[in-house]
Amino acid sequence: MTQGVVAEPEVPGKIVADETRRAERTDRIVGHVQRQGALAVLLAVVIIAAAVFPNFRSYANTATILVAAAPPMLIALGMTFVIITGGIDLSVGSQFVLGGVVAAYASRWGLIAALLAPLLICGAIGLLNGVLIAHTRMAPFIVTLAALLGARGLMRALSSEGSTTYLVRSDAFHRLGSGSFLRIGYPVWLVAVLVLIGIVVLSRTRFGHAVYAIGGSEDAASLMGVAVRRTKVWVYVMSGVLAGLAGAINAAKLGSGVTVLGTGMELDAIAAVVIGGTLLTGGAGTIAGTIAGVLLLGVIQNMINQVGNLNSSYQQVISGAFLAVVVVAQTYLGKLRRVT
Amino acid sequence: MALLEVVNVSKVFPGVRALDDVSFTLQPGEVHALVGENGAGKSTLIKVLTGVYQPDGGELRYCDEPVSFATPMDAQRSGISTIYQEVNLVPLMSVAHNLFLGREPRNRFGLLDENRMNREAAEILGPYGVTTDVRRQLGTLALGAQQMVALARAVMIDARVVIMDEPTSSLEPREVETLFGVIRDLHARGIGIIYVSHRLDELYQICDAVTILRDGRLVHTGQLAELERLRLVSLMLGRDASQVRKEGATAFEADQHEGTGGAPVLRATNLRSRHKLHDISFDVKPGEVVGLGGLLGAGRSETIKAVGGAYPLDGGEIEVDGRHLKRHSTVQAVKAGIAIQPEDRKAEGIVAGLSVRENIALAVLPRMARMGLVSDAKIDEIVDVYMKRLRIKASSPHQAVGDLSGGNQQKVLLARLLATQPKVLLLDEPTRGIDVGAKVEVQTLIDELAAEGLGVVLVSSDAEELIEGAHRVVVLRDGVVVGMLTGAEVTTEDLLATIAAAAPEDKDEQ
Repeated sequence: MTQGVVAEPEVPGKIVADETRRAERTDRIVGHVQRQGALAVLLAVVIIAAAVFPNFRSYANTATILVAAAPPMLIALGMTFVIITGGIDLSVGSQFVLGGVVAAYASRWGLIAALLAPLLICGAIGLLNGVLIAHTRMAPFIVTLAALLGARGLMRALSSEGSTTYLVRSDAFHRLGSGSFLRIGYPVWLVAVLVLIGIVVLSRTRFGHAVYAIGGSEDAASLMGVAVRRTKVWVYVMSGVLAGLAGAINAAKLGSGVTVLGTGMELDAIAAVVIGGTLLTGGAGTIAGTIAGVLLLGVIQNMINQVGNLNSSYQQVISGAFLAVVVVAQTYLGKLRRVT
Repeated sequence: MALLEVVNVSKVFPGVRALDDVSFTLQPGEVHALVGENGAGKSTLIKVLTGVYQPDGGELRYCDEPVSFATPMDAQRSGISTIYQEVNLVPLMSVAHNLFLGREPRNRFGLLDENRMNREAAEILGPYGVTTDVRRQLGTLALGAQQMVALARAVMIDARVVIMDEPTSSLEPREVETLFGVIRDLHARGIGIIYVSHRLDELYQICDAVTILRDGRLVHTGQLAELERLRLVSLMLGRDASQVRKEGATAFEADQHEGTGGAPVLRATNLRSRHKLHDISFDVKPGEVVGLGGLLGAGRSETIKAVGGAYPLDGGEIEVDGRHLKRHSTVQAVKAGIAIQPEDRKAEGIVAGLSVRENIALAVLPRMARMGLVSDAKIDEIVDVYMKRLRIKASSPHQAVGDLSGGNQQKVLLARLLATQPKVLLLDEPTRGIDVGAKVEVQTLIDELAAEGLGVVLVSSDAEELIEGAHRVVVLRDGVVVGMLTGAEVTTEDLLATIAAAAPEDKDEQ
């Protein structure tokens, strides 16, 4: 046993005040690390990549990374809200694919139809998820797993078991996915606007605070008069709509509704959200963190592509490692914050 | 004009008549005590008043109008606020966000005004003695401070009725004074208060009227001052006043805790731990109950956790039965014969989802296992012994512990500790939050256990319990032993005086 040097309390009141100040400081520092840790890691990785790979730091490559990250970012945006309420949405990957197929199919009726149809259909699936979860108190895991299977089935029915690929028939819709402004694709600008709105909604509205409160303690939130059910329903609707939009954008970019991509996207989204510092148990997290999480995964993928001869599947190994590290760090930081 | 009237209200759950034709009236500015044992129907009544439950019969009248509240939100909007026994805030959100959740101030764009929220939160919390940074996560505050935030939140809505369910159970005496100050202020503003507490001293200090429930029925309602304390207890328990008088306010028998003398079974010397414990020494003889007194944060819980190996130590020695504990860990402590009952029964003690049998068996499994296997019959035997001995009331050993009353949960926890056959029992607030009847039983048990030769360390914020229950009381302040009260002649006043003397800067406040 080590003999610690402990000062004798000369003025007890002062000790208590010091103690409080120390607890406040620890809380502040740990809070910053929890919120901004992913951003710091992202910066470090970007700096390293920029130093090692000359191609990485080109404007074109940056644009490539951002365009590739746009659909996952939308899905992760919705997932951030869902996870902060303490829930999970496994159906977003399927909804993403369904949204893409529906958008391509509906593009024969023009741009508006191509955008609205997937939003409505995926919004409806989200509504179903939300109502089941909020009103029957079924576990989000099971409900959205069912929705995952349902949405996948719907997509396969629509595309004759996945054998029919609908081409995008609307030029306007195709341009939405492939055009660019300042050499950065339209999808990136669209996502940037939605993400900004998301940040404001989450941090500066009553709805956003209700989302945090529900994840922090659902019982307390309900006793404090938060509209728990309504908030939950909305969160799943948002998640569905954003997944559908992500699918539509992807279809617009590729020029067709691809039926094979998108499996496992829900897991990537969850990984990005958690890496971004959102607690999987709910109650804490930020969209800024999620952005960092999504970009981090995107940058790692891009770096592996730069290496060339490396199998791109290693991206998943590295993402997995990041996820493990983040979860361990979060547990530790959470403890540090409490034991002050 | 009555502020809130409950008229012949009934509430039936499958198999239980939780409220049976209960009526009472709350006047504006009245502090109305609502008392009864656990299961008497207090909680159900509160939930009916706050819109959590709908009554099956009778009606609620609020400001002379019949009302019904579909949700807690409805009740809140009408001006009925509730502070629950366990802090019901969101630990991961900041203090200010908790205070304003659901009614955050907004700027002209409809967005939340963070600065105004923080500024106002600090202003609102000042009078409650909470001076910390309001941007801190609520969960990192001490329990008492959290309770104060809950109180501030309940009062800051334009409340006309404030319901307080055991508001003082996690407060230290100084905070109780702050709370009473707030109550007097509310009283002066004509706000009606329903005050639920098991602590009789508090009731007589702060309440005007009283309503007593027993088994879901109203047994008495009227002015508190006219009701003798003994009569109140007997009404509550449904026992004769003479019986209550004979047994005293607590069930401890004063002359039982002298101990058998001889060598101490537990000796703690110069315990030090970071900034919490500075120099703590005490010993416990077999058959002796030693109390640890002091304010919240004085280091009482930390001390017994440290002795039990569950709190890090920077220095000091712990001896059990004359044998020095070499390594500091819970495993070592349990091996040496130290059993600890943590303060937070739900979080650190029982496993609510498991049955009574499984809970008791948890601790003994390692000891009884032969080559990793344990015989069911043996466990049944042990479980049976302790269920009988501690008079645990459960429908069967297989009933989930979470379904038992607080008092019985506590007894299950004690059974689990005793099943390890400890030499020293460390009890942290063993009677907190359990009803009067169960309290009596737990106190009697502590007596019996000491009489059997166990050394007991008792932490309690109930001064009466400490005085009557312990032979010696060691008083702590800021992690240092500041006083020791010995002998049967020690009174509650002596204890409070020692605690007060140990906290010189508090004097001007009193």
